[in-house]
Amino acid sequence: MSDVWGQLFDFRDYGALLPLVANSLLAGAVLGLVGGMVSSIVMMRDLPFAVHGISELSFAGATGALLIGAGVVAGALAGSVVAALLIGVLGASARSRSSIVGVLMPFGLGLGILFLSLYDGRAANKFGLLIGQIVSVDDPQLTAMLVSGAVVAVGMLVLWRPLVFASTDPEVAAARGVPVRALSIAFMVLLGLAVAISVQTIGALLVLSIICTPAAAAFRVSANPRVVVALSSAFGFTAMVGGILLATGSRLPITPYVTTLSFAIFVVCAGVGAWRQRHGWSRARALAPSSRVAEPATT
Amino acid sequence: MARPVADREEVAVADPVLELRDASLSYGSRTLWSGLDLQVRPGELVAVLGGNGTGKTSLLRAVLGLQQLSAGTMQVAGHAPRRGDASIGYVPQQRRIDSHTPLRVRDLVRQGLDGHRWGIGRPGRVRWDRVDAALAQVGASAYADMPLSLLSGGEQQRARVAQALVGDPSLLLCDEPLLSLDQSSQRTVTELVDRRRREHGTAVLFVTHEINPVLPYVDRVLYLAGGRFRIGTVDEVLNSEALSALYGTRVEVLRHGDQVLVAGAPHHVEHHAAPCVHEDEDVAR
Ligand SMILES: Nc1ncnc2c1ncn2[C@@H]1O[C@H](COP(=O)(O)OP(=O)(O)OP(=O)(O)O)[C@@H](O)[C@H]1O
Ligand SMILES: [Mg+2]
Repeated sequence: MSDVWGQLFDFRDYGALLPLVANSLLAGAVLGLVGGMVSSIVMMRDLPFAVHGISELSFAGATGALLIGAGVVAGALAGSVVAALLIGVLGASARSRSSIVGVLMPFGLGLGILFLSLYDGRAANKFGLLIGQIVSVDDPQLTAMLVSGAVVAVGMLVLWRPLVFASTDPEVAAARGVPVRALSIAFMVLLGLAVAISVQTIGALLVLSIICTPAAAAFRVSANPRVVVALSSAFGFTAMVGGILLATGSRLPITPYVTTLSFAIFVVCAGVGAWRQRHGWSRARALAPSSRVAEPATT
Repeated sequence: MARPVADREEVAVADPVLELRDASLSYGSRTLWSGLDLQVRPGELVAVLGGNGTGKTSLLRAVLGLQQLSAGTMQVAGHAPRRGDASIGYVPQQRRIDSHTPLRVRDLVRQGLDGHRWGIGRPGRVRWDRVDAALAQVGASAYADMPLSLLSGGEQQRARVAQALVGDPSLLLCDEPLLSLDQSSQRTVTELVDRRRREHGTAVLFVTHEINPVLPYVDRVLYLAGGRFRIGTVDEVLNSEALSALYGTRVEVLRHGDQVLVAGAPHHVEHHAAPCVHEDEDVAR
């Protein structure tokens, strides 16, 4: 038992190890923040399944790149942006989106497994793209991740208001002149970039823990869109950076630490949300009996 | 119960907010309506009636610039219809807001003001004062900070009306805003719209299947049926002769005080559902 515990958490030589994970920490911090922003919109548009589909194609792209000797980063990016665009263009309605994702996902996973089997590089890294890396972000990879992260962050900030409008109320948004369709495609591209960064850190199978769970947790505790985004980013950041810090020293992938932290945050938020539903919000409601507000507000 | 309709002398001189001339709308070879001439003046409330698929929503979409007329011309506030026209407020055909919508009532209303602008909006610059004023106009101030998804259908509908009004529109388009509301909420929403056009001179196109809740406020009726239409006052349109001519078959219109019952209209059963009872006002107050 203590043996397992020792494997899970090992803080000997922690000071010496920390510098080695500096790159991962930086990449994780950026991913946590950006993933939190993106996941808010993912939840509003009901895209978690699409995120999963995109990550499998990103995995195929990354392993394909590994096989032919091109960069993993470029491969992951190419795979996820192509998948995101396909889903965005072919899956305008929820139903057609689900079916196109359902079709793409196993195809992507199968391709990735094929490429991995053909590839005879370092065995340790072999499944990293699927289930997460141990601790390995090299400098060029870090640069690529930071640049993609910055592009996503800036894109999200610029598109924010019309994107939220189009995500929550597409009809009225269109009537108000919001380019609903173009925004949807633009968001899919940003989502593709964010997924590509995630695949390289926590693995294709677990992307949802950073591009879905943080916002799902934030939605439980607030309905204020600003608070939701801030919380979601904070949750993503905590899960990623906390996960990496806990994993440092053990020789396990960061993934289980990140997913567990992320899930724990969700559980706490769900509890708080359930409590608030019963106590906090109902008080405001009690002030507004519908018959009284029916009267003209004469001034 | 019946209230005086808008002062006709006064509105007759003002320029129309909405003007259609010989307008037609078709999808491919299917023509929804054609030869439509309609002028809506400031403060006027025009009810748009007709069965499913007669092109009521399509008419609103054309006014919003989302749908091209296939023939004829249209002017909205003196110019051709264009997408995102700030002088139009729009209450869409009702749909419940689900729990994955992280918006409070005030956020929904705010979208009517600046939801279409790029960027995040500088925190200090948001016109919450106008949002609050719109919420007060519809009597929704008390639940301004409630999550939208927790509100009842009627309360959500009131929030949508506030969203449509916050931009201070000169033309208000309401697409079946009474759908699935109980009688008291129906009356609330209709009264809100009526008060708005009285106090601010906003012209209103009010699409509805339920005639009776709006009957006391309606200035004119546009009745669409089978590619044809009829425009006029309630008395001119909602009578057996006019509707029989429109449908080309015998249609009975029964009137009883403030209630209207249309019987025998083909493919058009929605009106019948409106119960012909006198609403007990006193209970609601
Ligand atoms: N983009 C489109 N292309 C082709 N046909 C369309 C399109 N949009 C609507 N229609 C058809 O035009 C007809 C009128 O639609 P519209 O939504 O305007 O009806 P409506 O009067 O609002 O009906 P309802 O009372 O059911 O809301 C319908 O039969 C619909 O199928
Ligand atoms: Mg309609």
